[in-house]
Order: sequence, then C-alpha cells, then structure tokens
Amino acid sequence: MKILVPLKRVADPDNANKVKIPAGGTTIDTTGLEWKPNPFDEYALEAALRLTENGANPKTRQGEVVVVSFGPKEIEPTLRSALATGADRAIRVDARDEQLDGALVARALKSLVEKEKPDVVLMGKQAVDGDSNQVGQMLAQLLGWPQATFAATIQEEAGALLVGREVDGGVLTLRVKLPALVTVDLRIVAPTSVYSRSTAKTFKYNDGVRFAPLPAIMAAKKKPLTEVKLADLTPDTALRIQYLKFEPPPGRKAGVKVKDVADLVNRLKNEAKIL
Amino acid sequence: MPDILVVAELAEGKVKKATYSAITFARQVAQGTDGRFSILVLGAGAAAAATELAGFGASTMLVADDAGLAHYTAERFAPTIIAAAKSFGVVVATATSFGKDLLPRVAAALDAGYAGDISAVQVDGDKLIYKRPMFAGNAFGYCTVSTAIQVVTVRQSEFAPAEPSGGTSPIQTFAVVAPGAGADRVEFVSFDQVKTARPALTDAKVVVSGGRALKERFNEILEPLADTLGAAIGASRAACDAGYAPSDYQVGQTGKIVAPQLYFAIGISGAIQHLAGMKGSKVIVAINKDGEAPIFQVADYGLVADLFQAVPELNAAIKATQNQT
Repeated sequence: MKILVPLKRVADPDNANKVKIPAGGTTIDTTGLEWKPNPFDEYALEAALRLTENGANPKTRQGEVVVVSFGPKEIEPTLRSALATGADRAIRVDARDEQLDGALVARALKSLVEKEKPDVVLMGKQAVDGDSNQVGQMLAQLLGWPQATFAATIQEEAGALLVGREVDGGVLTLRVKLPALVTVDLRIVAPTSVYSRSTAKTFKYNDGVRFAPLPAIMAAKKKPLTEVKLADLTPDTALRIQYLKFEPPPGRKAGVKVKDVADLVNRLKNEAKIL
Repeated sequence: MPDILVVAELAEGKVKKATYSAITFARQVAQGTDGRFSILVLGAGAAAAATELAGFGASTMLVADDAGLAHYTAERFAPTIIAAAKSFGVVVATATSFGKDLLPRVAAALDAGYAGDISAVQVDGDKLIYKRPMFAGNAFGYCTVSTAIQVVTVRQSEFAPAEPSGGTSPIQTFAVVAPGAGADRVEFVSFDQVKTARPALTDAKVVVSGGRALKERFNEILEPLADTLGAAIGASRAACDAGYAPSDYQVGQTGKIVAPQLYFAIGISGAIQHLAGMKGSKVIVAINKDGEAPIFQVADYGLVADLFQAVPELNAAIKATQNQT
C-alpha cells in the first residue's frame, strides 16, 4: 500500500498562549515559539507506518510512505525527521504561509495525488494553528474519493479500510474502498488503534508515536527529498479567504480561592446566584 | 447580498438542537443585509422533521426526503446540498462533527471559500466579516471570503439557539441529487452510541468535567454531582486517553467546545488545549489538590482540596440547598 501523508509545520501548540499580536493586529507574531509538526499530522504518519508494516517487525516497510509539506526551505528539518521516523520519501512544495489557504493546499494536493497515485491519503483532522479542519474533506471532494474523517481506529481489509470515526454521541464505523482519504483524531495512536493486514490482532503497539533511533536519523539524510513549485501543482493560486486582522482574546481574570465546600456553595448561591 | 441557506442536521428523523445555532447566524445576516434565509432539511424522514422548523421565519423550507439517506455519509449528502447552494450566497451549518465533515466538501465542490467554526459575524456594507478562534482560542482572526458563494460553520456555544418567530414557512420539495459513483465506495457499518440520559455536553447549562486524577473512580465521583445538578459530564483529554472516560466526553480545542452557565473542572490541571474548550463558560469552578495548577488562573472559584472528599461533600451541600428552596 502506498500512503501520502501531508504534514504541516506549526508554532508549538503547547505554547500557543504565548502567541503575540502586534499593535494594529494585521499579523500574528509567532517569533520566539518553536516550530513543530502539527501533532495530528504526526499521528497520521504513525498510522501510515502502522498500516505499511507488520507491527512485530516494523523495520520492513510493506509499501511506501511519502510525506509532503508546504513551506520555505526552513521546514526541511520537519520532513527529515519524518524520514527518520520511517517515511520513505519527502516532497517540499515551495511556498510561504501567507501565500496559502486551505482551499489552495487542497487544489495543490489534488494535483500531487494525481501524480503520486497513493492508495490512501492520511492526514491530521486539523492543524492546531488555524484550527480550520478543512483540507482533507476538500481534497476528498476534488478527487471524488470517499472520506473517513476524525478516525480513532483503522483496520486494513482487502482493498478497503474499516474506520472508526469519533463523532458527536459515539463512534461511527465506515468501510471505505481504496483509494480513500482518512483524517485522524487523537486516539489513533493508542496501542490497538491501527492494524495492517500483516499485523496480528493480538499485537499491541506502544502508546503514542514512535521515535527515530540515532542510526535512522543519520540514514534519513540520504533519503530522497524533492522540491516542487506551488505553481507547477496549481495554476490557480488565488486565495479564497482573506484575513483582515487578528486580536487577542479578552483575558479571563483569576477569581478567588474559597476556603472550603461550604464557602463555595455559599458563593455559588449568593454571589454568582447560580445554584 | 444573496440569500442564506441553512443546512439542518437530523438525528433519527428529529432536528438536532445544533441546527438552531445555524438559524441564529442566518437571522443575524438576513437582518443586517435585508436578505432572507431558507432551510434545507435533508435525510430520511426530512418531511416530518421540516415541520419542526417551519415557524422560524425562513422564506422557504427545502425538503429532500429519501429513505436512501437513512445513514449520513458526506458522499451521499453533499450532492444535494451543492445543487441547492447554487441559488444562495451563503451556506451555513453548525460546526458539529456533521457540519465539519460535510461543509468543507461542499465548499470544495462549489469552489467556495470556507470559514469554519466561526464565533461571530459582522455585516460591513456588502461584506460579511467572520470572527474565528485560532491557536487554541489564543487569537481571533477576522476574515472575509471572496467567492460568489461563501460556506460557513458556526460554533454552537457562541450562537444561542434560535427561538421560533411565528408564521409558517412554505415547504417545497427539493429533488435529492444522486451521488456520483464514488459514493458507493463508502459503506456505513455501525454507530455505537454512548447511551446517556444526561443532556448533551454542548447543550447543557451545567457541565461537570473530570481529569485523570479521578482514575477508575471517574464515574463514581462525578455522576452523583452531575445528577444533582442535571449536568452533562465532560473530561480532559488525559482522562479520555487513559480510558477513564469515553472519548465523546472530551472538552477542548479538538474535542467539544462548551460554554455553559456553570462549569466544574475537577482534578483538571488546565492545559491550554482544555481551556480552549471551556473558557467561554459563565462561571468556572475548579477543584484541584495542586494550588498552583493553571486552571485556577481562569476559575472564578477555586477550591484547593482532595477531590475524593470535596466532591461528595459538595454534592451533599448542594442537595441540602436544593431541599431548602
């Protein structure tokens, strides 16, 4: 099976509260924040690796995992670390963040999918900077492919994937025939979330994503990383959405520490008047 | 400004409460632009469900009822919405798992810009300006969409559910558009519903949320308090990941966004991803053993205590006040 994993580089989500908005609010200042791969995309990569191996013997890749990212040359370390983790090949689409919106990324990915012909596109359900949750669904529509969004579990079947989706009120299971697009949710990296056809159903993965051992980090320097021009993928580079300004959220000031349960109930009843 | 199309969300042939938030958006835009809005009711049993929405002031109700749409998949629902959307300027649904799965697909088919999970809309001349929470709620972006049709999902916690406005909207049958061949490549297998008699997290006036500190006693400790308050139960990501709570309980940036009147964070430290899902709550109460936990920076009332003692005590004290009144 061949899997394409789009991977976005984002400002460190655990420090998103340090995002600064300069006076005037026309930009978001992320300087000083570390760059990291979008966590959901890292999970998608882990799921792609699990789908292309026997879990008991993860060194042999059955098929190919290709990662793609949009950005300037500075994002290459993100791609190299994906290669060290186990991806076979990387593609960087040369672009600056401000040239992109979700619709444009979806159009460019469509053209890349047509060239690469993967069986599955596997990606995060949302990037934790823009929080839009859109590119996967858009890409599936442009390709005319079935989609299974918010996946918590994936089981490979012959020519299909059985996907458990986390939706409001429970888990909805779909079967999608390949080629198909899957976006993943947090629980996809749990020990029993993803099974390829070669992995025994009794096998349990370690919780979370795998880390690259040092030799793999060295070897990743020799794996292919190619560059593609955005305009070669889509002639239409017009944005569909324009950001006018940004502003910080209104602060929420810390309240009071109550001394005990009786004090709490008294305040909820007589001060907040909510009980 | 062209008219607005609201996409209603149904569950088992009934209108889901989330739909009323999208109607509120439509009314705001229609009022600001002297425009009108229609409601598209799509699915098996849509004709019956449409009557629930006929008193909300829509200029028309478009009803696409088809037994073949008993189980939602984006591939089967999108073509009809795409066909209906062509007579409108704005297509809106609420940003539930249904709206978020479906509307980006609709936007791509129409080559329309998509503003997802917006928290407010302003009418500025002939433009609509959408306010979107980003970076786990640590920034708001104001954006416009430049395409002829604009596709929007609205955050349920930020658009109060619409109340009926009287009158009866005319009901028109809208022909279901057969999906393309691709739709046969996706098959509904099952829906494992989390069974609960409690209000839905996103609808509840009171939410009692627990963290990993509750361990295996998550339900034992939280349920009595939730019962007393008629509250929904939520959880931190850590509690869900550890298996103490179902993943459907998760409150946060990537889980449910809630803004109840009263939110209890019990044994939750307050990672920014969790705060992103609940800091719009009117009153926040935090109970945590660690007095330095970040949750106390957003809580109106903080109690530093052992939750295994404090929560049962709190439940008993609230019950006592309820009995007084």
